[in-house]
Amino acid sequence: MTAALELTAVEHQFAGGVLALRDLTLHVAAGQFAALLGPSGSGKSTVLRLLAGLTRPSKGVARVVGARAAPTISLVFQEPTLMPWASVRANVNLPLRIAGVASDAAEQRVAPLLAAMGLTEFAGALPHELSGGMKMRCSIARALVTDPNVLLMDEPFAALDEITRQRLNDDLLTLWQRNGFTVLFVTHSVYEAVYLAQRVLVLSARPGHVVADVAIDEPYPRAAVWRMSPQFGIYCRAASAALEGGYGGSA
Amino acid sequence: MSIMDHRVLRRAVPAVALFAAVLAWEAFVRLAQVPHFILPAPSRVLVTLWENLGSLAVSWLFTLKITFGALALATAGGVLLAAVFALSPIVELALVPFAVVLQVTPIVAIAPLILIYVESTTAALLLCAWIVAFFPILSNSVLGLRAADPNLRDLFTLYRATPWQRLRWLLVPSALPYFMAGLKISGGLALIGAIVAEFVAGAAGRETGLASRILEASFRTDIPRMYAALLLVTVTGLAIYLLFNLLAKKLLGRWHASELPR
Repeated sequence: MTAALELTAVEHQFAGGVLALRDLTLHVAAGQFAALLGPSGSGKSTVLRLLAGLTRPSKGVARVVGARAAPTISLVFQEPTLMPWASVRANVNLPLRIAGVASDAAEQRVAPLLAAMGLTEFAGALPHELSGGMKMRCSIARALVTDPNVLLMDEPFAALDEITRQRLNDDLLTLWQRNGFTVLFVTHSVYEAVYLAQRVLVLSARPGHVVADVAIDEPYPRAAVWRMSPQFGIYCRAASAALEGGYGGSA
Repeated sequence: MSIMDHRVLRRAVPAVALFAAVLAWEAFVRLAQVPHFILPAPSRVLVTLWENLGSLAVSWLFTLKITFGALALATAGGVLLAAVFALSPIVELALVPFAVVLQVTPIVAIAPLILIYVESTTAALLLCAWIVAFFPILSNSVLGLRAADPNLRDLFTLYRATPWQRLRWLLVPSALPYFMAGLKISGGLALIGAIVAEFVAGAAGRETGLASRILEASFRTDIPRMYAALLLVTVTGLAIYLLFNLLAKKLLGRWHASELPR
């Protein structure tokens, strides 16, 4: 079961008076993989927080519409955001522990995810004993352990080296194709957005609103070699041009 | 230099420095023939300690009782109040001035009043030591409860954690390094508070602590006995410091940067 993401005529002003978003409308269909590009401070993270229910919009409607009464939403931050005192297993298990899932049942959900993320050997390790890429895998495993309808990702691979980033991009696509959740992926990288997403939504500079919606009509699975193709370059140029237009659209 | 060598060096250097200082003291007293009623040699202090061990041990136990009693009360009160502050900003606004007033007023100035108002000397001493030890635990615990990673806080909100789950699984572990830092400070302060209060009380008799032994010896100009009692105070302070350092290493050594091996 998946869920759609809807923001309609959203305006959001921070407590200090800064207007982060103005008249922002976007819709991501159930099961779709969308990327959100935009200049720094354009309100990309705020869009995720609104959808996650962590912040209420000053005006307009932000909601996740699903078949279930309460669609499950998971959030992955730019930092791995792990509990430093807890093992990898305990970190991945956190959402289930909060939900009161019995430890046997939880282990049946946690173990396959640790295996899928290549973390089985490190299940008992503490976060400071892991590399940056492994920490992020742990963070993604935690986000997926609840079998979410929606996965919101806030520049999750920004701090990683290029090779690790590309591997995690492929891992993410595999998981998305297998599970079918809806993804809204915030990134600063045009290349990453085009490689991953079916649609690249481009925000203007603050106050953010959607200035372009670039459809990436390339079937999955997308091989790494596709990054070298002329078509990939065309998509990247289209997204880059929209992004440059977004900078110019600063109000 | 290997990690092992570095660890050995870290322990050996302070021990050797301390030993050298004591040796220098001993040598100075002997060579300069300083009379023991002015400055006793360390060897004489140790002999005096041994000869008066019975009476000093009773006083030492009394000081320990006051110190650890005050520390236990400061820990319970500080942590409890910090949790209340974390849950209710209004209560924090109302009570913080009282905590600050207690912290900034010197204990030697309050102690005489406390000794007048509180009938039991032991209770009065306990109260004085508690006042000194309380604030670092309170302020550090408040700071620690607020130090939890904002993104982790958001995750707990997203997963609809109950306040109890949030406290147990996020706020308390996040606050632990701060609390331990407060405990290390308060451990020493509780001893200082107990000694200062005993000085102010100036009590005599069996139910008195090491400060009373120091006062008593000073009235008789029994300098070696003063040093012997002082040595017990210092060793106690050092033991408290090492105890809480060990506890911090045990609780935080696996995961917190402050205690991880470098």
